[in-house]
Amino acid sequence: MEIEELKPVLEAIIYAADDPVRPEQLKEIFPDESYDKIETALRKMAEEFNARPGGMWIREIAGGFRMTTRPEHHEHVRAYLKTKPAAKLSMAALETLAVIAYKQPVTLAEILAIRGKKSSTALHTLLEKKLVVIVGRKAVVGRPILYGTSKEFLIHFGLKDLSELPTLEEFSQMAGEI
Amino acid sequence: MDTPGNPEINGASAEEPSMMIRLDGFEGPLDLLLHLIRREELDIWNIPIAHITEQYLAYLQMMKDLNINLAGEWILMAATLIFIKSRMLLPPDPAQETGGDEQPDDPRRELVYQLLEHQKFKNAAQMLYTREEVENAVWNSPPPEVIEDGKEVIAITLFDLLKAFREVVQRYESQAPMELSQEEVSIDQMLAEMRRLLIVHEKLQFSSFFARARSKRHLIVAFLALLELVRLREIWLFQEKVFGEIQISRCQSGDNE
Repeated sequence: MEIEELKPVLEAIIYAADDPVRPEQLKEIFPDESYDKIETALRKMAEEFNARPGGMWIREIAGGFRMTTRPEHHEHVRAYLKTKPAAKLSMAALETLAVIAYKQPVTLAEILAIRGKKSSTALHTLLEKKLVVIVGRKAVVGRPILYGTSKEFLIHFGLKDLSELPTLEEFSQMAGEI
Repeated sequence: MDTPGNPEINGASAEEPSMMIRLDGFEGPLDLLLHLIRREELDIWNIPIAHITEQYLAYLQMMKDLNINLAGEWILMAATLIFIKSRMLLPPDPAQETGGDEQPDDPRRELVYQLLEHQKFKNAAQMLYTREEVENAVWNSPPPEVIEDGKEVIAITLFDLLKAFREVVQRYESQAPMELSQEEVSIDQMLAEMRRLLIVHEKLQFSSFFARARSKRHLIVAFLALLELVRLREIWLFQEKVFGEIQISRCQSGDNE
């Protein structure tokens, strides 16, 4: 299949998919096409799709491609759907999540040391929402559980991968200004 | 408590309901310290520790007056501040002055790093908050409930349904006897039973002993009784080979192992 033929098919798949579509998943559907070709077609298609001034866009999230509405239309979409904004995470949960995202894999005791405050309730919420997962145990006395962020985390915050997060140094510059 | 030149605290410790609301913002002691430093426009690299300790303790007192339950970390921070304050008063340890031209350790350093680290993560949390807000304003297509191929979802036969129901019933029935066997077994009863068994048998297998248990509770009690007998040195546990079956054996009198 030529790239030009591939593009509309990929667009259709991304529209119909529940989760971000990864090139390796598409390779399974197109065993005769090379991975590179599929990825090129994907990127070209997304680029062209996003170039038009539509209400939808295709974004890279959690290592895959996903079609969503553009955020600037949220008021009208929400009015039509008659939905309220989803419950947001508490500041305590967000802080705990930030520590986990930047320090992973991390133990509860290490989170406590950074936040200077008990974080087990916040951690529980994050585990429940599947934003955080257990990634192993630390090879120290007591073998404490190590936590890390999940794919859900990337999806929830619209991140392509963890490297898309600003570095901690960028935050430390801000911190130096207090 | 009376800190001159600090009307906010003096006013609050009297009775000012608005203070309560402000306190909610402090997630933990580090937040309060950062707030105090910012409000007083202090240099974080040169915190007047006596001043900040005084203010911190004033807040703690106020929270106490407002009947706010203080978690341990607030008290720990108070202790840390007082410790740093006392160390600041001491002359530098002569034992530590090796070269002479080296800067003596600032007792505040660790706290400052902790504060900066905390501020970094607060900023990171703020970034996540913003991102979450944007993601909340975005919809994927198609939402799961309007998947058009709806027929697939309910494409099961009456037979499937009956089969599923039978499984549910079976599961329930297999659980029912367990619920009934909620008889109480005390550790004392268990101890007596175990002693009786050990009079009859010289040696018992660990697993065969537990095979008699009828419920999880029974298992736990049996295990506790076993530990108790080991503690009392009435029995001893051993293996004949590595990873072998654990044996329970009566201790001979005078045998202390």
